[in-house]
Amino acid sequence: MLMSIDSIAKSYNAFPNPPAKVLHDVTLKVDTGEAIGLVGESGSGKSTIAKCMLALIRPEAGAITYDGIDVIHAKGEDLRRFRREVQMVFQDPYGSLNPRMTVEELIGEGLLIHKLEPTAAARRARVAEMMEMVGLNPNDMDRYTRSFSGGQRQRIAIARALVIRPRILVCDEPVAALDVSVQAQVINLLQDMQRKLNLAIVFVAHDLAVVRHLCERIVVLHKGKVVEQGTREQIFDNPQMPYTQSLLAAVPVPDPVVGRARRAARRLETAN
Amino acid sequence: MRTVHPMPDQSAVTPLRQPLVTVDKLTVDMPLGRSGSSVRIVDGVDFSIGVGERVALVGESGSGKSLTARALMRLDRLARLSGRVDFDGTDLLKLSDRDMGRLRGSSIAMVFQDPMSFLDPLMTIGDQVAETLRIRGVGKAEARKRALAVLDELGVDRAAERLDAYPHEFSGGMRQRVVLAMALVGEPRLLIADEPTTALDVRVQDQVLDLLDDVSARRGLAVLFITHDLGVVAGFAERVMVMYSGRIVEDGEVASVFAKPSHPYTQGLIKAVPRIDQDLNTLYAIPGAPPPPLARPNGCPFHPRCDQRFERCDKDLPALLQVGLSRVACHLHDGQQHDRHPHDRKGA
Repeated sequence: MLMSIDSIAKSYNAFPNPPAKVLHDVTLKVDTGEAIGLVGESGSGKSTIAKCMLALIRPEAGAITYDGIDVIHAKGEDLRRFRREVQMVFQDPYGSLNPRMTVEELIGEGLLIHKLEPTAAARRARVAEMMEMVGLNPNDMDRYTRSFSGGQRQRIAIARALVIRPRILVCDEPVAALDVSVQAQVINLLQDMQRKLNLAIVFVAHDLAVVRHLCERIVVLHKGKVVEQGTREQIFDNPQMPYTQSLLAAVPVPDPVVGRARRAARRLETAN
Repeated sequence: MRTVHPMPDQSAVTPLRQPLVTVDKLTVDMPLGRSGSSVRIVDGVDFSIGVGERVALVGESGSGKSLTARALMRLDRLARLSGRVDFDGTDLLKLSDRDMGRLRGSSIAMVFQDPMSFLDPLMTIGDQVAETLRIRGVGKAEARKRALAVLDELGVDRAAERLDAYPHEFSGGMRQRVVLAMALVGEPRLLIADEPTTALDVRVQDQVLDLLDDVSARRGLAVLFITHDLGVVAGFAERVMVMYSGRIVEDGEVASVFAKPSHPYTQGLIKAVPRIDQDLNTLYAIPGAPPPPLARPNGCPFHPRCDQRFERCDKDLPALLQVGLSRVACHLHDGQQHDRHPHDRKGA
């Protein structure tokens, strides 16, 4: 087990109302090299869990352990190692990349901060290698992000996260802002990276079809609680909880025959 | 070789329906700053929508799908429109602003993606729904009565009590019902829905789609549904038009387009979407990205990303031609001889 989250709870201040409790007693674990999907509707707490896993926010109760490090209280060398080995990719590649930095600076920043490559030439070589790996042209290293499309920007964001060889990549809706024809490129890239680098991926998404495609294990969240978790087959082929069942039944299928049959069946069920 | 009719024959696409809207060579140019130059976002679009027909308009960001729909209502003041938009015998592009204003809400209505930014937070739900009618001179009591009836029709619980509630007291799905009520209270014949369910959770999206389904069937309301979600298209629409780079590249019945897409872009889109009901090893990914409107490639705008291109594709722009029951803009289907014969390939 690489990371474990034990009974965490988190509230956000909502003055003048009482604090809003967004996570209640959430427990889950992440194994080396596995892709795990956190799914749920808006307000289910999936992004809050991702932020807790990245130590961007602190839960009020419970514990988060990453490879022997107490994440919530980590300091010094432990915290630096945690920050190096757990990386993130955000939803909006337009907002998450500094427009004043070149691609080389963006991708190489982690190498510089963690002092992984002592010389500029060595950093440049690592950046070039990484760009090639995610399907970017290393000759574009000196360009700024404004001239890249959404899909290419998300590749830059992924390269920037992976260049320091993390063991966990937390992705919060990484394809939600992309066009349909480009989504598949980024999903395939994440899948490829997971296999090649033995990377654990925590994939936060509301699109259940994408999660089914990418993740081997699924955690279903509702109102800050884990409703059900299990393997892809358990969740998608044989969901146990009524909430999971209703969530899956509502996903539209891009096939008129299957899609219409599913909708008709579900409407009949709600009518009875 | 399949039979190809050189002239687009629209009656073949919607054989049983009276056309409600007929769009002919519509172009939309948007000005670039104050320079006086402009960029052509919608580049000559022809289609028609039958009475009570549900048509989905699919495309990626920048494909021109929203601007096409907005042009039908002449919503963008800065946009320069040309061509014809024939609605029930009148050319909307020739109407005065005043006459166009009368038509909005009563003949053609529109709902948008984000219900919260569309609703006025300081106005009650009842007043907002009734506003369309009040503007047309309907009395206060009568307008309120009709607003109530529409909210009821759309399944807003305890509608009578909630007429005096404010938008913040409603959930996302309920707000989308209110927005729909605002659009429907004037009894339009065409509803343009611009990504109305994109911001909603799947279970709420499903309810809103059911609602639209019922309303459209009950009222004989034509719906132009703009979306990028092929799942929504498959479940809701009867016909689908696929836009790419400012043009329609395929237009046909939903069942036949999904079963046998003709345009390589449509084929790619359908293969690129992961499905909840089956496992795939790797997703098909269309290489590259859609071209920006200022840098459209020569010939077919899709050719740099197309896996079936041949020598003519980077030279001539393919016209939208009748192919079987669909219309397709692709040199593979224009009936002329070429070196490759992808018609013979097995499956799509």
